[in-house]
Amino acid sequence: MGVEQALGHIPALRRYARLLTGDATRADDLVQDTLERACIKWALWQPGSLLRSWLLSLMHNLHMNHVRDWRHDDGHAALDEAAQPSHDPTADLGRRLDLQQALAALPPPMREVLLLVGVEEYTYAEAAGILEVPVGTVMSRLHRARERLRELMADPARSAPCAPAAPLQLVKR
Amino acid sequence: MSEVSERVDDDELHAFVDAQIDAARLPAVLAWLQAHPDAAARVLQWQAQRLQLRQLARSIDVGDTPAALTDAVALAAARARRRTRRTLWPQAAAVLLLVAAALAGGRYWERWAAADAPAALAASPAFVHDAVLAHAVYVPDKRHPVEVGASDEAHLVQWLSRRLGSPLKVPSLARYGYRLLGGRLLPGEGTPRAQFMYENAQGSRVTLYVAVFEPGQAPDAAAFRSVRTGGEESFFWVEDRFGYALSGNAGGPDMQALAREVHGQLAR
Repeated sequence: MGVEQALGHIPALRRYARLLTGDATRADDLVQDTLERACIKWALWQPGSLLRSWLLSLMHNLHMNHVRDWRHDDGHAALDEAAQPSHDPTADLGRRLDLQQALAALPPPMREVLLLVGVEEYTYAEAAGILEVPVGTVMSRLHRARERLRELMADPARSAPCAPAAPLQLVKR
Repeated sequence: MSEVSERVDDDELHAFVDAQIDAARLPAVLAWLQAHPDAAARVLQWQAQRLQLRQLARSIDVGDTPAALTDAVALAAARARRRTRRTLWPQAAAVLLLVAAALAGGRYWERWAAADAPAALAASPAFVHDAVLAHAVYVPDKRHPVEVGASDEAHLVQWLSRRLGSPLKVPSLARYGYRLLGGRLLPGEGTPRAQFMYENAQGSRVTLYVAVFEPGQAPDAAAFRSVRTGGEESFFWVEDRFGYALSGNAGGPDMQALAREVHGQLAR
């Protein structure tokens, strides 16, 4: 069997990439890079293992490279783990972030864990395999991701008249 | 309450949210949450996040897969095939056929796998493999079968001639009930290629693939030959620096008659 098996995973990869990057164009670029990488490295795929996981692993590596490249000029990906203090000085306190904005504000490594575990329903061990980190790292990223989301999405002023949350906006092509 | 004294850590609370908790630990987690309202509130929020995130994921409509993405796989597979052709041709031929089959919606797969076509295809010039692949990729495409439509045929021919570096002719298959849909430019080994697509009233499509080779790079001039890949049949021939392949559904039109017609018109 050959690389054409990847074709069946494209819709799922595109959805995942959309959440990961927050942008339709960038998502498809990432999927395309992933597929190309998969084609080049096809011989390295172990037929017994799950193809989707392998593809996500390739996407993870590419995404992390992109994030590093983009850090200087890209607001979306700029919040990397090290640069981000544990408290949240950047939050616009008058405003409640919707989920997508909050997701975008997470450092990419946290966002990945959240998506792999919460959306793709990988076990912690599987997610660790995809990201090539220890399970303990997955757990700590997951914990920080959820706590950050909680902070970002917390209604800052329960007493104030509740401003309608911005509707979920997905960039469509 | 002895269960409460069993400490439950954050990892286990997450595992509870993600339904990854060991069943044996479930009573302890529930007891912990009852005893610690702050932890219970947090777990509830995590759970809500998880649900919203899944909702968000479901709400994403990615639409049809852009051709660029399937092409990425098809072209890379074709490149891999070229790299390995000399040593691993049988496997590479299988990859080519599988890609084409997958792109055609997988419905030809069993027939193709069963057919003995790979041997014949393997023996034919490389441009024929590319033609077969391009045919399989673009013929099923409902929305973008061609890059430039036939409405401006003069422009289409001019454009492709310029890109291939040699004046092209587009034969008319109107006598056989096929009208020109248009054409597209494709990557080839060293030189760009052109594909013209025709369609009849029943929606059946045939493609004419044209390769213009660099001087000295053309395969040996070959008489009319055909190769069958499952349900599709390609007639190909080489004349001077040009390689042609006409591909279509073997069960549909009389491919040989069409090919002779094309050959006759191009030779004029």
